[in-house]
Amino acid sequence: MTALNVTGLCKSFGGLHVTTNVNLNVEPGERRLIIGPNGAGKTTLFNLITGELTPDSGTIHLFGQDITNVPSRRRAHLGMARTYQIITLFARDTIIHNVTLALLGLSPARWNPLIDLKRQGHFVEHAHAALEKVGLAHIANRPLAQTSYGERRRVEIAMALTQNPKVLLLDEPFAGLSIDERRDVKQLLLAIPRDITVVMIEHNMDVALEFAERITLLHFGEVIVEGNRAEVVADPRTREVYLGH
Amino acid sequence: MTIRFLALVVAFAALATVPYWMPGVYYINVASQILFYAIFALGLNVLVGYAGLVSLGHAGLFGVAAYAAGYMLQLGFGHPLAILVALVIGVASMAIYAALSLRSTGIGFIMITLALGEILWGLAYRWISLTGGDNGLSLKSRPELFGFSMSDVNTFYYASLVIFMLSLAAMTVFVRSPLGAALMGTRDQPRRMNALGYHVWAIRFYACLFSGLLTSISAILFVYYTQFISPQTLALTASAEVLLMVISGGAGTLLGPIVGATLVVVVKTVVSGFIERWNFLLGAIFVAIVILMPEGLVPGTARLWRLAWRQRERGASVTPGSAEAKP
Repeated sequence: MTALNVTGLCKSFGGLHVTTNVNLNVEPGERRLIIGPNGAGKTTLFNLITGELTPDSGTIHLFGQDITNVPSRRRAHLGMARTYQIITLFARDTIIHNVTLALLGLSPARWNPLIDLKRQGHFVEHAHAALEKVGLAHIANRPLAQTSYGERRRVEIAMALTQNPKVLLLDEPFAGLSIDERRDVKQLLLAIPRDITVVMIEHNMDVALEFAERITLLHFGEVIVEGNRAEVVADPRTREVYLGH
Repeated sequence: MTIRFLALVVAFAALATVPYWMPGVYYINVASQILFYAIFALGLNVLVGYAGLVSLGHAGLFGVAAYAAGYMLQLGFGHPLAILVALVIGVASMAIYAALSLRSTGIGFIMITLALGEILWGLAYRWISLTGGDNGLSLKSRPELFGFSMSDVNTFYYASLVIFMLSLAAMTVFVRSPLGAALMGTRDQPRRMNALGYHVWAIRFYACLFSGLLTSISAILFVYYTQFISPQTLALTASAEVLLMVISGGAGTLLGPIVGATLVVVVKTVVSGFIERWNFLLGAIFVAIVILMPEGLVPGTARLWRLAWRQRERGASVTPGSAEAKP
């Protein structure tokens, strides 16, 4: 059974076809890289997969279950987590509160108006453990507004991982990072356990290529090339539309 | 933290002894008004401060609950039933409000709540068989509580104080709860909250119901206090007034709406006795708040307090030489 299956997916904004008949099969535990020039429809594809956009046609299956018409929030409960290209965090709150919100999102306790959230020991412990993994436990109680860009990227990843997803979608996790920060984030991504399937959009080829097993090249909303690392890099069409040499 | 605790104890002691130190019956009544308007402001603050949804139609809801209580009493039902029906109708009206207005946020939400408030005002004004139109509805009596008649000024004040304290406690618990945290999450990052598995619409809907409940409670106290209700209670100016209470005191804080309600009620009732153009004064105060403390009186004062505290500590730690070197 494939972890993530996308069949004949189409999406247009007016006359602009941003996703044209995309087919995608990601095996359980696979690390998939999606590349393509700016405007190729990579983030739109993510938004379709996570349900933030509704496709015009086509189907999406998560571990064999048809989720095409499942609302976005339910997909999180079915084991899908994502990070955003543009950091989307809760700036007024502390780092640990950000991670706690991610944990709470999948817990029935999120409807409870009577208990004190800060006194829920298991949330605090879990959130701390998640921050430990991304190396932010020592500044857990720092307001997010006082953190660096690289730290925020790691908070994003911690939030996604703490939901214990089956499929993790990373939208340009290296964007805007310094060389040191990139190395840290790469270590984090390499440490993701194999029972989590990872699909990643990334432009930064030197870090991304090392991570990916299979690569899909999108161009004008269409899948142009797909295969393992060597095949895609060697393909003349990759050079033409993407690598540019 | 201890200073804050001490201040709250002093404030509570002052509230509990109002009938003993206030100069007269009139001022005890003003204190009662502050209490129920504070509950109203707390209710609106659930939406404005914690959900990020600005409503300009809350006076309409307030009026619906007040008319419901008044009409039930006029039909000859007892006080307990009248109060219960008023609460149910108030919250149910909020549910309808929410179902219509939560289709959008931001300006859209403001405009829909504004329109709904105006519709209710129009109904109160024109549906004369039910509301008495411009003549309004008069209540003949206040309920009795454990044998104490609420017609007594002090008894009414203490009843208002107990209900106010309960409302504030409920608000405090809600803000610290997971649902409260989720609501603030939907205010700051609705898209992310949705992706994390939260039902953004339902969370906002529940917040609306809580807001409607507090609004209805304050409306019932109001209608027993004035023993009269007319369409003016539902007017847009009333909605704007309570919104100003929330914003001037500090939206999204527990104490802000209470401070704001105190400010507005004191200017409206006490100061208006000395200054004919009290509206002008109220406006000037709001302009001053917006310029000096755009975040509201409570967070603004807290900010100045922290600043002064830090400067005092710094002043104590620097030697005379280094103090001169500072610009």
